[in-house]
Amino acid sequence: MGNLLEQAGRLRPAPENFLSDEQVKAVASGRRDFLRKSFLAASAALAAPVVARATEGDPNILTNPAWTTSLGQPVAARPYGTPSQFESQLLRRESPGLARVGGASVSFCPLQGLFGIITPSGLHFERHHQGWVDIDPSKHRFMVNGSDDSLIKRPKVYTLDELMRMPSVSRIHFVECGANSGVEWANVAVPTVQYTHGMVSCSEFTGVPLKHLLDDCGVDYKKARYVLAEGADGSSMTRTIPMEMVESGEVFVAYGQNGEMLRPENGYPLRLVVPGVQGVSWVKWLRRIEVGDKPYATKDEAVHYIDLMPDGQHRQYTSIHEAKSVITTPSGGQTLLDKGFYNISGIAWSGRGRIKRVDVSFDGGINWQTARLEGPIQNKALTRFNAPWVWDGKPALLQSRAIDETGYVQPSYGQLRAVRGSKSIYHNNAIQSWKVVESGEISNVQVL
Amino acid sequence: MSRFSKSILSLAFAAVATSAFAFETYKGIGRPATPAEIKAWDIDIRPDFKGLPKGAGSVSQGEVVFEEKCASCHGTFGESNEVFTPLVGGTTKDDIKTGHVKALASGDLPQRTTFTKVATISTLFDYIQRAMPWTSPKSLQPDEIYGILAYLLNLSEIVPADFVLSDKNIADIQKMMPNRNGMKTDHGMWPGAPASKGGIGNGGKPDVQAKACMKNCKTEVLIGSIMPDYARNAHGNLEDQNRNFGPVRGVKTGESTVSAPKNSPELEMATISGCMACHGLNNKIVGPGYNEIQLRYKDQTDAEDRLSRKVRAGGQGAWGSIPMPANEHVKDADAKTLVKWILSGAK
Repeated sequence: MGNLLEQAGRLRPAPENFLSDEQVKAVASGRRDFLRKSFLAASAALAAPVVARATEGDPNILTNPAWTTSLGQPVAARPYGTPSQFESQLLRRESPGLARVGGASVSFCPLQGLFGIITPSGLHFERHHQGWVDIDPSKHRFMVNGSDDSLIKRPKVYTLDELMRMPSVSRIHFVECGANSGVEWANVAVPTVQYTHGMVSCSEFTGVPLKHLLDDCGVDYKKARYVLAEGADGSSMTRTIPMEMVESGEVFVAYGQNGEMLRPENGYPLRLVVPGVQGVSWVKWLRRIEVGDKPYATKDEAVHYIDLMPDGQHRQYTSIHEAKSVITTPSGGQTLLDKGFYNISGIAWSGRGRIKRVDVSFDGGINWQTARLEGPIQNKALTRFNAPWVWDGKPALLQSRAIDETGYVQPSYGQLRAVRGSKSIYHNNAIQSWKVVESGEISNVQVL
Repeated sequence: MSRFSKSILSLAFAAVATSAFAFETYKGIGRPATPAEIKAWDIDIRPDFKGLPKGAGSVSQGEVVFEEKCASCHGTFGESNEVFTPLVGGTTKDDIKTGHVKALASGDLPQRTTFTKVATISTLFDYIQRAMPWTSPKSLQPDEIYGILAYLLNLSEIVPADFVLSDKNIADIQKMMPNRNGMKTDHGMWPGAPASKGGIGNGGKPDVQAKACMKNCKTEVLIGSIMPDYARNAHGNLEDQNRNFGPVRGVKTGESTVSAPKNSPELEMATISGCMACHGLNNKIVGPGYNEIQLRYKDQTDAEDRLSRKVRAGGQGAWGSIPMPANEHVKDADAKTLVKWILSGAK
């Protein structure tokens, strides 16, 4: 930990805090000369100018910096604002070796440094099946048709002009790839929460409930119990979605994301929002909805996104994300700066509704305490939790456990594997553990 | 009631009756899809073969198409693991009889291939038609797809070498798919009606039942797995992936790349233009590596012009049969800059 004291931006505690327990005792016993000596020894390790002023106070306070003594930038110097020049670390990143071609790969969201529940659109995780495209919205068309003429009175075509005239809803929902945490099914494989859990993001989406459009086309809901969603990109990806979800009004055709249009990587200008269901069903660059009377067994529900069970059978049409949570700060690949107080912070979510409670443990799951949830708690959205923790400098095992409004409790690795084995790839929602060692370094471990 | 008020009432009733039809609700929005438009986009094929185009293709015809348009990614025998997971392998004659790929349960498979997983042959036709080949999806004709499928079925030892697959016999071949009985849906993760009500699954009942114990929940903590040392720095320097202020720092797991030189402007241009999706600087991906291109063309005086045109127009044959798609979005001057950069040893 010693070198951390010298890092840029490190806030230094008062000189007394450099003393060891023994030295503090010495000072307490009245040997004041010792304090002076050890302070000099400690400050010798620091940059000299800092030391010179440190007796009077913090030079960052004593000398006004340039930004306090000069004129700042004018408005609209950057017409589309960007993060501070000091925020270069939190980026979407690929996991080396996961995929051979960037067009059929994943980039992970840097959860280790994000706050609250909304993912900045530029940091939203990416999963593309045949590369991303940037579609001219004036040429984009959205079609609703039927697998059979008897299922729909009026197959129709809509433009963005028309869709954006319709009544809209704006809702905050998480989207998680079915394969999030997939590389960790059998054992620890990746070092940080960006790579273990970074295929989840959460945005406010705006669009038109699909039910309005199907009503407009005169769908026969008695017969048409499934919809097929299809993209306009090269992969023209397809997925089957149950009509019950569409009828509930939950599923919508979205063009907005966090107050602006969708980003191209997230399906500009139109994508499907299927709350609580894995991301592959949230078809991007949406061009067509077909209503049908049978499921479709598309590539991504018959070759991929099928969950291998220990008996050799695959589960097909798995869609819902069960309750899951993870501590994002502090987390794997990070180092605690000192002993003392820390705010443990993380995210929880459930595809079955609202998060009811999150518990945290510091001893690997022997004892638990309930974390504080940040409200308002949204349906099928990320929920931020926080819990106080005083690190005593000893090894610890940090965990979080989500419980949703149905009463479902997030399982441990032992409990999950007992039922599903370790080759499912998809829908790993096991409790994540972070091991803290004396040096303050945190690493990824699995507690059974 | 006067005749006048009666007529107002009947008008009001008429209005109510009309608004019950949903299409009047969003007046002026949307228009009927034409039959030709529906035909152009409605390309999906269901397990019951609804949507399947008519046609036929033999194993040997399929082999020719596969070699030309598929093999550079999937290998001549659909076995390659270089770009994507293998298509063929891992199934046995016995699996064809039972409809269960036995190796899935025994764990004997080093890797699951497409044929060990897929239960429905319609899925393969649908996917090849909508998304293959990788760089020019939707360019294959139905007969070519029948041929490719026949070839893959032959490689999987499901049909003989003289077989012709067609819309007439595809349902019979479905009955021989090695993992046709390998799917189950008795889980709680389908968000619609359960099987008991004509849908899928068990109605949302979770398979894993954990309890939320709070105190003294166990006597010991069993660690199942820890971060292996070799993987600690496999994701670069984690210090660079965390803020350098705040409650924590990233662990230093390698040299910092923050102050490392930025990518060359040409590499940025190549990345933005989409070139790097298929070409590596020093390795083949789908197309040749830039090092290979430099090696071949560096002494040819007309190479710069010729290759600049090829960047924009596409081409086929110089590096095997997989076509290079046209890249009309790359400006003429940019194409020249990129080619110059490649021929001088792209970095």
